[in-house]
Amino acid sequence: MISDLFSVTVLVGILASGIRLATPYLYAAIGETFGQRSGVLNLGVEGQMLLGAFAAFYVTLNTGNLWLGVLTAMLVGALMGLAMAYVTVNLHAEQGISGIGFYLFGLGMSDLLFQKLMGTVETVKGFPKIYIPGLSDIPGIGEIFFSQNVLVYGAYLLVLVAWFVLNKTTLGLKIRSVGENPDAADSLGVSVARIRYFTIILGGTLSGLAGASLSVALLNVFQQNMTSGQGFIAVALVYFGAWRPAGVLGGALLFSLVNALQLWVQVLNVPIPSEIAVMMPYVLTILVLVATVSRVRAPSALTKPFEREN
Amino acid sequence: MKKSVWFVTLLLVFTLILSACGTPATEAPAPVEPAQPTEAPVATEAPATEPPAPAEPFRVAVVMPSAINDLAFSQSIYDALVRIQEEMGGPEAFEFVYSEGMFVVDDAAAAIRDYASQGYDLVIAHGSQYGSSLQEIAPDFPETSFAWGTTVDTFGQPNIFAYEAASQEGGYVNGVLAATLSTSKVIGVVGPIETGDAKLYVDGFKAGVLATNPDVQVNVNYIGSFSDTALASEAANTHIAAGADVLTGTAQMVVGAIGKAEEANVLWFGTQSNQSSLAPKIVVASQVYHWEVMLKEMIGLIKSGTLGGQSFRANLANGGEVIEFNPDYALTDDAKALAETTIKGIIDGSVTITLP
Repeated sequence: MISDLFSVTVLVGILASGIRLATPYLYAAIGETFGQRSGVLNLGVEGQMLLGAFAAFYVTLNTGNLWLGVLTAMLVGALMGLAMAYVTVNLHAEQGISGIGFYLFGLGMSDLLFQKLMGTVETVKGFPKIYIPGLSDIPGIGEIFFSQNVLVYGAYLLVLVAWFVLNKTTLGLKIRSVGENPDAADSLGVSVARIRYFTIILGGTLSGLAGASLSVALLNVFQQNMTSGQGFIAVALVYFGAWRPAGVLGGALLFSLVNALQLWVQVLNVPIPSEIAVMMPYVLTILVLVATVSRVRAPSALTKPFEREN
Repeated sequence: MKKSVWFVTLLLVFTLILSACGTPATEAPAPVEPAQPTEAPVATEAPATEPPAPAEPFRVAVVMPSAINDLAFSQSIYDALVRIQEEMGGPEAFEFVYSEGMFVVDDAAAAIRDYASQGYDLVIAHGSQYGSSLQEIAPDFPETSFAWGTTVDTFGQPNIFAYEAASQEGGYVNGVLAATLSTSKVIGVVGPIETGDAKLYVDGFKAGVLATNPDVQVNVNYIGSFSDTALASEAANTHIAAGADVLTGTAQMVVGAIGKAEEANVLWFGTQSNQSSLAPKIVVASQVYHWEVMLKEMIGLIKSGTLGGQSFRANLANGGEVIEFNPDYALTDDAKALAETTIKGIIDGSVTITLP
């Protein structure tokens, strides 16, 4: 019933679930933020996540080494990013379409490898929860914030690092200038190509890590198409977050918390049809986006290939 | 100019790779050519007893929405075909091919049409979403028999068989056991979309729980997706946080939920395929579909000239549904006896399942 929603157990449950659910979105969307700030839209995030998820799972299954799995996932993501960078920066391909191509490649390839190398769904022992001494004993707060696995903590730390890099470092300035006015940046001696290579590969690496956070930290299984659209939601969250790490964090948390809420709404038998409940996170995200869209301005050079004029 | 050429090339490569992965005619166990002696005919010896010329194998093609190893719906039909092949004496007598991962209905329709035009004896559309495509395709191939599940609707066409599962029966048995094994008196269900086979199973499960112990609370959660493993997993977390100590769920995304159940050491009941291998410590039993029971009847009918027009239903009585216990889970004798009594009761009609 509705009143049950306001008990401590439920509130703690919603917050803890929401924080977990947001993790893969954060890795992928922060990576995408770097790419878009430098002027490149990567729609292949979903494919990079799937291949990353498979790589992490398969390596962990065979070596028992979780960190080696995570590292492989990041490497696989980086390689996908490298290919994407070559196609968009050197070949000047249309970014949206080539991104879809990379998505389909990741979807098909991860499925193929799964069928050939594993053959059936298996489980691994993923990253254990880390209880932060002292803090994890605080009632409620401890369970929500200080009893998660290492990749969950990492995702929130990444938001801070990304904010710092984008806003407080020379590298961040170069990334932003390449995304706003590549001609000016170029005339000042900033290599547009090099910056874009960097951000796309970084985005791929983080997408691979996002996949790993699913397959060896949150779910500990691999199944074909297991990301089921999360990579595309991550891209949407970058727009939602107005290309700022803090905004992305807000969007990811909003979406995930409402998703966690709707799970509880059903479990508590609140009389709302399940179809309406599952729609809630999407509807709310769109509403907030519509309400805030006027202040949003995309990086000027987004999706525009850079060609030096001679 | 150069740009677009490059781009088209890339796209083509992707399409190729993709079509290599997911799509038609993955020949199941490759039919082995009968090894013929290669001696020159000049040899004077009379050939030793010539083996009888092998009869044409019965050829079946199946189109399914997810992968043959999804531990759920698609695997259930694949396993059934493998069992029939073993029973009928291998690929010489029974040959089958399949297209998996056909979640796009248009692709599935193309595959169904391809198989029909290649002259397969029976083309199975394993997914209720393929119905309207089949309704269009079947009249074009009056000599080919089609099977469509899970449904009862043959569209009144003489060459379509329909098949479905009374999944509420196995759900009921699982529910009876779940109510017996739960100590917290809270049970969680992770469902995909509130429809068809999934709804039948969940409703049957609930009925079984409440018939055994009306004080048990059954919390049901439909996550709105057949593929969102992450959300299924978080749904399981939610049930566990709400106090559930027994979980069940249906469709292929539940593998995410089973993982969480295992971590929290909470019991799990499976359906569609045997899910024991995924978490041997906590899976108690699975309702498994044995479609081969229905398929063998269809094959018999096809051989005698009836190509369709009938519908079949897998249930506990005809062996199309079997409750498979996990041998690695130590189920008490009392509980197992209770399950078996329930199964018998459903078969002989003394136990009736009232669905909402």
